[in-house]
Amino acid sequence: MNAVELHEVCKTYGDTAVLNGVSLVARKGSVIAIIGRSGSGKSTMLRCVNGLETIQSGRIDVAGHRIGDGRTNLRMLRQKVGIVFQGYNLFPHYDVLNNVTLALRLVKKISRTEAEEIAARVLGQVGLAEKLRARPSELSGGQQQRVAIARSLAMAPEIMLFDEVTSALDPELTGEVLKVLADLAGSGMTMLLVTHEMAFAQNIATEVVFMHGGKIWESGPPSQLFANPQTAELRKFISQ
Amino acid sequence: MRDLTAYDIQTLIVAARWTLLLALISFTGGAIGGLVLAGLRMSRFAPLRLLAGLYVAVFQGTPLLLQLFLCFFGLSLLGIEVSALGAAAFAMICNSSAFLGEIWRGSIAAIPKAQWEGAVSLGLSRPQQFVFVIAPQALRIALPPTVNYMVQIVKNTALASIIGFYELSKMGSVLNNITFSPLAIFGAVALIYFFICFSLTTASRRLEVKLHERG
Repeated sequence: MNAVELHEVCKTYGDTAVLNGVSLVARKGSVIAIIGRSGSGKSTMLRCVNGLETIQSGRIDVAGHRIGDGRTNLRMLRQKVGIVFQGYNLFPHYDVLNNVTLALRLVKKISRTEAEEIAARVLGQVGLAEKLRARPSELSGGQQQRVAIARSLAMAPEIMLFDEVTSALDPELTGEVLKVLADLAGSGMTMLLVTHEMAFAQNIATEVVFMHGGKIWESGPPSQLFANPQTAELRKFISQ
Repeated sequence: MRDLTAYDIQTLIVAARWTLLLALISFTGGAIGGLVLAGLRMSRFAPLRLLAGLYVAVFQGTPLLLQLFLCFFGLSLLGIEVSALGAAAFAMICNSSAFLGEIWRGSIAAIPKAQWEGAVSLGLSRPQQFVFVIAPQALRIALPPTVNYMVQIVKNTALASIIGFYELSKMGSVLNNITFSPLAIFGAVALIYFFICFSLTTASRRLEVKLHERG
């Protein structure tokens, strides 16, 4: 069963084409690493999947919703598709617990007690059970990013999107976030990750997608893609 | 002419309640108008943004004194009789709406787009995004300039004396005409203004510290 399916997706900013006919299929439980240079359209593609960016043509089927026919209920869709950003985007005026429970209470209408139980569980999952009352500003970047992951997980999404989630972290903190991602991949979550962590893509991803100039140039299992790149662009990208 | 008595000072203090009342009306009305204007300025519909922008430009770009004259004399020329308080309140509400609207629009715009995106990605509706994520953060940014403008409003009420509203300044000049003790009278008037404004800024500083402690 396909969790995400992009079909000939095009997106432009004014005259600039950012996505130039992107098609991609993510089966349920697959972990897809999207690699490529800055400006290749990989983050834009990811943001299209939960409707943060609008598309000009093509369609996206995700978690039983279709984007591109103009009738998508984005709020429903976003409850099933979590996204984690490079800059964490935690709410600085709430503590960790409230960051995680806010959407549970407002969107899913879950009682405070129940929401707090869920929060404790997901925060335990990312190794931050003891930080419930901390403010985001009191946490390291790695911890903040793990809270952001927990916040997304709390909504029990079917699909998780990760937009360069370790790019703002120094190497020491990158490891703790990657470990959470690896655990998550192991649990069978469908994941789309835009990443610069080649080793991570190689070890964890079930499929790697190489983007260049708003298009997918190559895709396949990491072993095949990294060992045997078909295009000069990917060869050049890997050798850097 | 007669000598200045303690009773005159008491009269001033009593007159100050009209200053306070006008300031309160101007701020409350201006706050409502300001919220509406800030909302319109960020609307998805260009004509609404344009209209609100024009309103702000007009009221920020002309003297309050002229706005008071237009409301007081202009309206009566049109056959609408308004009291001095009515005209002053109307003009000052219109004026404060423009300034407070701009202060609040700026405070909301200062919150990074990433905060909206964080909230929208969790499935929050647009009102929920604003109320639970954006507004609490914008409030902290807005507090100092808002109080600053409240102080301006208190001082601006003195202009209403020109259209014959018997507030603090007007009462000052009336008493000065009777007693001719300008130094004592206007000194006392200034002191009362200072007391009101100083209380405002002190309260705001306390609130700021409190908000800061909450993180």
